[in-house]
Amino acid sequence: MSFANPLRQVLGAGPARSGVHHWWVQRLTALALVPLAIWFAVSILCLRSLDHATVVAWLAQPWTALLLVLFVLTAAWHSRLGVQVIVEDYVHAAGAKTLLLVLSAFVHVLAAAAAVFAVLKVALGGGA
Amino acid sequence: MPSRPLSPHLGVYKFKYTLTTSILNRFTGVILSAGFLVLCWWLMAVAGGAAAQERAQHLLAGAPMKILYLALVFAFTYHLLAGIRHLVWDTGHGLERSQARLSAWLLGGASVVLTLLIAWALWGRTP
Repeated sequence: MSFANPLRQVLGAGPARSGVHHWWVQRLTALALVPLAIWFAVSILCLRSLDHATVVAWLAQPWTALLLVLFVLTAAWHSRLGVQVIVEDYVHAAGAKTLLLVLSAFVHVLAAAAAVFAVLKVALGGGA
Repeated sequence: MPSRPLSPHLGVYKFKYTLTTSILNRFTGVILSAGFLVLCWWLMAVAGGAAAQERAQHLLAGAPMKILYLALVFAFTYHLLAGIRHLVWDTGHGLERSQARLSAWLLGGASVVLTLLIAWALWGRTP
């Protein structure tokens, strides 16, 4: 018989020692993305055009840069968690599964880092 | 590893609205992940200067691409609304069968209407 009580089990002391962490972070990022994604969509729709001067002027505004960095980081995290679940659910071959999970992690970090770097370069550089 | 059937057994379910809304949420999520990568690449192009952005947007322009953008906009509105539906469920509300069926129809209708509105704002206004 086990002396571990049910509470200890649900608090994340399972074999992976991570419990509901994945689920929780997915919900947390989802909640953050609701306002961030709406802000992003409305901002893009409100741009007069997508020519360089207009986009740079938009990115150079402090609130734009800040919210865009937050949006990109949160979206990357949320996307990585989602892709992870899909790979785990539908890819059954162990090698391919591991390869895809590692690839997804690397691509998401690369994309997020690139986007943050790009936004900061334009915002802090006074126009590219 | 012996080849046993592994979950999820996609072929065994009766096709119902619950399955449709759920799989569409995953599918639109994957589309948005791809769109996210394009967004990051476009931001790098913007940071690369006017010429780099011009080249990137030349690649991203074109009439056939509009279908992809329409799919992306639908993925955005659907995934956003379905995500809000899930967050409401997480609080324990709206789980009764009648409520879930109603919210599924609202989700489908609202995402299509929002997609059409955004498409109009993107392409309908310019002469």
